[in-house]
Amino acid sequence: MSETPTTEAPAEQSGPALADLQDERLINQQSFSAVASQFVHRLRGGELGSLPVIIGLIIICTVFYAIEPRFLSSFNLVSIARFAAPTGIISLGIVLVLLLGEIDLSVGSLSGFASAVMAVVVVDNGQPVLVGMAAGIAVGATIGLFFGLLRTRIGVPSFVFSLAGLLAFQGALFYVLGDKGTITIPASSSLVQFAKFGYVPAGLSYLLVLLIAAAYLGAELLNRSRRAKAGLANSWLPLPLVKAGLLAGGLVFLTYYLNVDRGWPNVWALFTVLVVVTDLVLRKTRWGRHVFAVGGNEEAARRSGIKVDRTYVTVFVLCSSLAALGGLMAAGVLGSVSQNSGTTGLELTAIAAAVIGGASLFGGRGTAYAAMLGIIVLQSIDSGLNQINVDSSVRFMTTGAVLLLAVMIDSVSRKARTSSGRG
Amino acid sequence: MSSALAHETPVRDSVLSLTGVTKRFGAVQALTDVHLDVAPGEVVALVGDNGAGKSTLVKIICGVYQPDQGQISLDGAQVSVGGPRQAQHLGIATVFQDLALCDNLDVVANLFLGQEHHRSYLLNEIQMETEAWRLLRSLSAKIPSVRIPIAGLSGGQRQTVAIARSLVGKPKVVLLDEPTAALGVAQTAEVLNLVERLREQGLGVILVSHNMADVQAVADRICVLRLGRNAAEFRVEDATTEQLVAAITGASDNVVSARMSRKDGDGNV
Repeated sequence: MSETPTTEAPAEQSGPALADLQDERLINQQSFSAVASQFVHRLRGGELGSLPVIIGLIIICTVFYAIEPRFLSSFNLVSIARFAAPTGIISLGIVLVLLLGEIDLSVGSLSGFASAVMAVVVVDNGQPVLVGMAAGIAVGATIGLFFGLLRTRIGVPSFVFSLAGLLAFQGALFYVLGDKGTITIPASSSLVQFAKFGYVPAGLSYLLVLLIAAAYLGAELLNRSRRAKAGLANSWLPLPLVKAGLLAGGLVFLTYYLNVDRGWPNVWALFTVLVVVTDLVLRKTRWGRHVFAVGGNEEAARRSGIKVDRTYVTVFVLCSSLAALGGLMAAGVLGSVSQNSGTTGLELTAIAAAVIGGASLFGGRGTAYAAMLGIIVLQSIDSGLNQINVDSSVRFMTTGAVLLLAVMIDSVSRKARTSSGRG
Repeated sequence: MSSALAHETPVRDSVLSLTGVTKRFGAVQALTDVHLDVAPGEVVALVGDNGAGKSTLVKIICGVYQPDQGQISLDGAQVSVGGPRQAQHLGIATVFQDLALCDNLDVVANLFLGQEHHRSYLLNEIQMETEAWRLLRSLSAKIPSVRIPIAGLSGGQRQTVAIARSLVGKPKVVLLDEPTAALGVAQTAEVLNLVERLREQGLGVILVSHNMADVQAVADRICVLRLGRNAAEFRVEDATTEQLVAAITGASDNVVSARMSRKDGDGNV
């Protein structure tokens, strides 16, 4: 099958042509060479996807491993995953906001505020952890609703109201904590047990990883059979098989490697579930389609009958809720809430992660996986520099340089897209 | 020939009919007692100079503005068009001048934007893709792939997608606002073919254009607006460019009227 260099002619000869291949100029992906040339064509056209960040990650790993082999140890990778996850959850919300071409600068201090609310409810008032977490997330959702209404009803730019939020929620954090300064969450509480000491059991983690790969393959094959039934062309058959194989192999190896130490952290598993669900919702539902449409051309979206305001409000609610959840997880990982919670440039790390992962600052471009890839890059740099005992001043500068590089790649690929007519 | 046609169908059953439409913005009388009829399978061109009220009329038909006075009837029944969405429901589809496409989305996503096919909560991509090919083929349109972003298409292809999108809701009337304004020669011809194909499908087409050549190439009737009033109406066979220009500009000292008056003068002597 892969020997067929071009499949243009056969479509004409062999009986009824597939609905989408009746014109010889149509792009098809039915052979290996077609898939490969399509891939090269996309890269030339500036559709880089996740390629730069993956290359970047490989470079980072190689460099740090060369200097300090402990960087790639199971222990360190588990730590990276555990500390990256809370910020990653916040960054996931940022990806949603960026897709609309908006920004939310308040996620950092909001996450601190929400965790302080949770800590006060749980520790000071003796309520169950779940009640405290619900209170924290409710605070986030309410603030998101308020933001959404500010944006849609009054028309305040998101940069401004979220900047105001950044200051206000920091004040709210101090106010809620009172003069105590720090609230320690008891190690016996289920949140700390989950986030700080919780790991996915080895057997379960293998099962889950294989289930993920099987689900991917199953969905692909189901889609292919449906397309074939509807008379539409499918891409080269081995492609989904190879992808599923690579996915399964990679995940099983990672799981094995992490299980040498403590295994997948619970918080990272939670983060992964959130990313996968968000990705599916963005790609497979009407709401997700509308988010991309509003981010791409708001006026067009409005004229085609999309409820633009509702899209804005739901996205801001989701972003703030995810920020609150991220704050709660950070509190769980650290085991305490203090006046520093979420205030040390956390919002900038979250935004930087989303952008490094490939979400465009200009709206309409990006995937949920941007949050995951971006936060892995940032946390790896942080951890690596920490391991080789570099001063924190250098760490900040390095992170800044990486962010600049990511935005430069984004801008250059934008130019390539424009010149090759891919907008 | 043209008069015979007019006798055969003195009042064709119009699919969309506007009577006595008046619209005022503050001190500006944008439209005064305007009427317009479109029959199924008929292309009516709406022409006029800048400020003649074309855009206002278009916006009234597609529900963006409400008329101060006057009636809009669809298939003989009086309707009020409350907004763009309601216009779509009634069967009035509009292709805006700026096309209103999302560059970052692919052709299928753009075609079904706002009216996606879905099963429970999930998008039904396969059904949409099949339907997209059917629509594009019904217009004999050439699009390299329905899965590439709109940004990768040429101006004419984008126009094709925009027109195909107007057909998604099974409309009765399609309103095209300056569809050829930004296109080259070949692409303009392609879009004019599309307009003819809409007519063959039995749709009423309202074509707003500045380009007399395009109008004369595809329209059955030409409706001229000037200063917010119906200035003239031509069957396309009867109309010369000079007459159209005269009606649009309202200038009586143009070539055509000069010739007419000279002839009249000769006859009297």
